[in-house]
Amino acid sequence: MLTIFYIFAALSFFGALGVLFLKNPIHCALSLVGTFFCLGSIYVMLNAEFVAVIQVLIYAGAIMVLFLFVLMLLSSRDMKMSSNNWTAGKIIAGFLSIGIFFQIAYLFTGNELKLGPKGAYPIEVVEEIGSIALIGRLLFTDYILSFEIIVILLLVAVIGAVVIAKRKFN
Amino acid sequence: MIPVEHILLLSALLFTVGVLGVVLRRNVIVIFMSIELMLNAVNLSFVTFSRSLDSMSGVVFIFFIIVVAAAEAVVGLAIILSIYRTRNSLDIEEFNLLKW
Repeated sequence: MLTIFYIFAALSFFGALGVLFLKNPIHCALSLVGTFFCLGSIYVMLNAEFVAVIQVLIYAGAIMVLFLFVLMLLSSRDMKMSSNNWTAGKIIAGFLSIGIFFQIAYLFTGNELKLGPKGAYPIEVVEEIGSIALIGRLLFTDYILSFEIIVILLLVAVIGAVVIAKRKFN
Repeated sequence: MIPVEHILLLSALLFTVGVLGVVLRRNVIVIFMSIELMLNAVNLSFVTFSRSLDSMSGVVFIFFIIVVAAAEAVVGLAIILSIYRTRNSLDIEEFNLLKW
């Protein structure tokens, strides 16, 4: 179990590095799909099957296909960028971003975060009822207002995308 | 059982790579993918905390995060498309209309 986790963790990290370093944006997108698949398998190991399925279906399926569509729509002939010059500002920004990692790691390895009050759903309960049933129950009871707001957000996003991307005829 | 710290460190690593992508890359679409990567890192830590604290709220939040990510991807790509029509470029340095 542990070795499988490390293998998938390493694979997802290398996929992320691929997004950072590969030249061609389509290769970046494909390596990001690999990262999403590896994260999905880590979710399965964490007993979050619903999240794993949604990860593969929506992230690796829908969103990345959307990215690839747009990449292929914007023809690759003028994909050339001006050369990536390493200005002093960029180097400083890079080091500051690496500082973010140490900050998050310092927070996460301290114990205060992981000793909060335990919730009502230990692993036995989740396996008995099933995680999807539990999520559905929570969505339509405790989180019903957020659920309805998110529905409106989706509607607005769809309308906004059509309005923004529409070609103007004159 | 996988140690919680290791998963959280993986999530921190992925988030940092996402931040680096946003800061260092020039292509708008790659910057956008890096933002998706950061969202995924946050999702991973949500699942980890929700498992280690025996709660389901983190998983419900992931549902919301994924919906917001989908909406963001749709609107952002539409904006990129319409900017590409006027500027004919994907370089972030060209999109300087709001820059002072």
